[in-house]
Amino acid sequence: MKAMNIVNALNDALDIKLSEDKNVVIYGEDAGFEGGVFRVTEGLQKKHGVERVFDSPLAESGIAGTAVGMAAAGLRPVIEMQFCGFIYPAFNQIISHITRMHNRSRGKYKMPIVIRLPYGGGINALEHHSESMEAMFAHIPGLKVVVPSTPHDAKGLLISAIESEDPVLFLEPKRIYRAIKQEVSEEKFSVPIGKAKVLTQGTDVTVVAYGAMIREVQKAIVMTKEAGYSVELIDLRTIYPLDKETIIASVKKTGRLIFVGEEPRSFGVGSEIMAIANEEAFLWLEAPPKRVAAFDVIVPYPQGEHHYLITPDKIFYEIERTIKF
Amino acid sequence: MLDQFDPADDKMLQVIDNNGKVISKELMPALSDDETVKLYKDMLFVRTLDFMIVSYQRQGRVYTYPPNYGQEAIGVAAGTVLRNDDWLVPAFRELGAWLAKGVSVKEVFLYAMGHEDAFKFSEANHMIPMSVPIASQLLHGAGIGYAIKYQKKDEVAMAFVGDGGTSEGDFHEALNFAGVWKVPVIFVVQNNQYAISVPVKMQTASLNIAIKSKAYGIKGIKVDGNDIFAMIAAFRYAHDYARKESQAVLIEAVTYRKGAHTTSDDPTKYRTTEEEKLWDKKDPLRRMKLFLEKKKLWSDAEEERITEEYKKEIDRIFMEVEKNINYPLEDAFKYTYAEMPQDLRNQQIEHEKFLQWKNARK
Repeated sequence: MKAMNIVNALNDALDIKLSEDKNVVIYGEDAGFEGGVFRVTEGLQKKHGVERVFDSPLAESGIAGTAVGMAAAGLRPVIEMQFCGFIYPAFNQIISHITRMHNRSRGKYKMPIVIRLPYGGGINALEHHSESMEAMFAHIPGLKVVVPSTPHDAKGLLISAIESEDPVLFLEPKRIYRAIKQEVSEEKFSVPIGKAKVLTQGTDVTVVAYGAMIREVQKAIVMTKEAGYSVELIDLRTIYPLDKETIIASVKKTGRLIFVGEEPRSFGVGSEIMAIANEEAFLWLEAPPKRVAAFDVIVPYPQGEHHYLITPDKIFYEIERTIKF
Repeated sequence: MLDQFDPADDKMLQVIDNNGKVISKELMPALSDDETVKLYKDMLFVRTLDFMIVSYQRQGRVYTYPPNYGQEAIGVAAGTVLRNDDWLVPAFRELGAWLAKGVSVKEVFLYAMGHEDAFKFSEANHMIPMSVPIASQLLHGAGIGYAIKYQKKDEVAMAFVGDGGTSEGDFHEALNFAGVWKVPVIFVVQNNQYAISVPVKMQTASLNIAIKSKAYGIKGIKVDGNDIFAMIAAFRYAHDYARKESQAVLIEAVTYRKGAHTTSDDPTKYRTTEEEKLWDKKDPLRRMKLFLEKKKLWSDAEEERITEEYKKEIDRIFMEVEKNINYPLEDAFKYTYAEMPQDLRNQQIEHEKFLQWKNARK
């Protein structure tokens, strides 16, 4: 065991996969020599060679499109998009090829591609550096969308993502890259894609969240304890395929559901969670399911971002309103 | 050769003229008489198959199809250099190259009829499915090139695009990546003068398309795409150079789309009969036929006999495909993921329950 933050844990997962599988290659803008702007790939080029961990030309469509060819020819590319807001030039390659080649070729060409994508706000960044647009990607047939909230899950999920025969969009909550340290095994282990985790057992209300929002919900739970409420917290860990069973079982137990996300509220992951509760647990509901998510506005620049971010007291406020409904 | 035809001088590689006369003997690729006749027969087969698909479309038996009419030499010539392990990354108008890679006529029909089973390519090794979003496939070629180099394999990737595709960002990114990475990729632009209705002069202010190679530090050459000998000479040279030097090459094949963009298009709306007549003289089959006739290797009688033979065989395969075409519900589901999520399985089960209900009502 070793104390690791999310950056260390991701680096460890990449190192393990590079060591055991010659087909794994890593590339992107600054991903090689410098080790990425967040240092997730630091030291990997030196250890595994410039042919396996390298800087590519600065072109997101090019990075994603070349990964399609590499995967068709047997490699397992792990590509890095520097920030969520920079991924859009690659969108066509993702939606038209990465997620379609397996279907189009009737299974002949698998696309074991991992797209690493730092996302989310709260770091006082420039425009385009704070978005949470995961719902856009979860909507694409053929893609898996994964998001860890702890160093342990970051390592285990990234190993699963690299071993997945399907393409995986791997969201990295950059706000908590270095915020949490945890004892993580240095051995290889994996966390399965598609399985949520109940982090806190409770009986009054189910809160579903993921990524950097987990920590905010946990802060809110401290407040709810003082108020005497029992909250069950589910960390989704995978957005698609969604672990409906865990959500439904919990909602049937608590009768109440709150989604917490930093995404724009409408048509989001939260909307899907609401739909599931209505379709699968309608008769168990004692209060309307509620989304606590960002406004449907452009993320304000740092001076205004405090208006936009989801805070523990806002989460507590909505928990209390739901319980008292 | 690539330096001899510097695109900056706007020179175009040609071996025979419009009358089938050899104009540059030293560039004529070495071919036996049998090989030469086979090239013509391959082009004739592509043209016959192409015409028949268009005619099936007119009969409502095939959906949308992009005809190859007038561009047969490029695909057939490409096919002569592509080895079993070389990769073909097609756009959608290089039928001769598909067939050479081992794509079956049955699969061509399935493609034209709108069935993904076309892309199973059961006999075609290293063949990527046809690509509809313009120019995005060129990056796949560059990525394959990287894998070839990384795996130290003796292979080449060949990726196709049209003249309109050279305006797309992915065209430039692909040439740039391949240039920086120094990978064995042959990029082929079929400059057929039109992107649906838009003429090539509205796509670029460059002197020609081949010259764009210079910006990416790779070699480029402009070739008469209606001269099969010139195309073979260029492909042989490019294939050898890409393999041995691990470098990318850009080939501009100058041609003319005599047919419509697809069966849904009407070219009379945007081009003149004078222009079409001009290009009729440069038709790749006409030119090669004149060449063969001078050498007494071909005759009208032979052409008529063999065309009939092709038609019969093509029609037999078509009827068989038409009779057996089938698309079970599960095929709409099972290839979306290599590892199918349970929720997707449930969606299929739910729909099957509806179908059972529907059938019970009948």
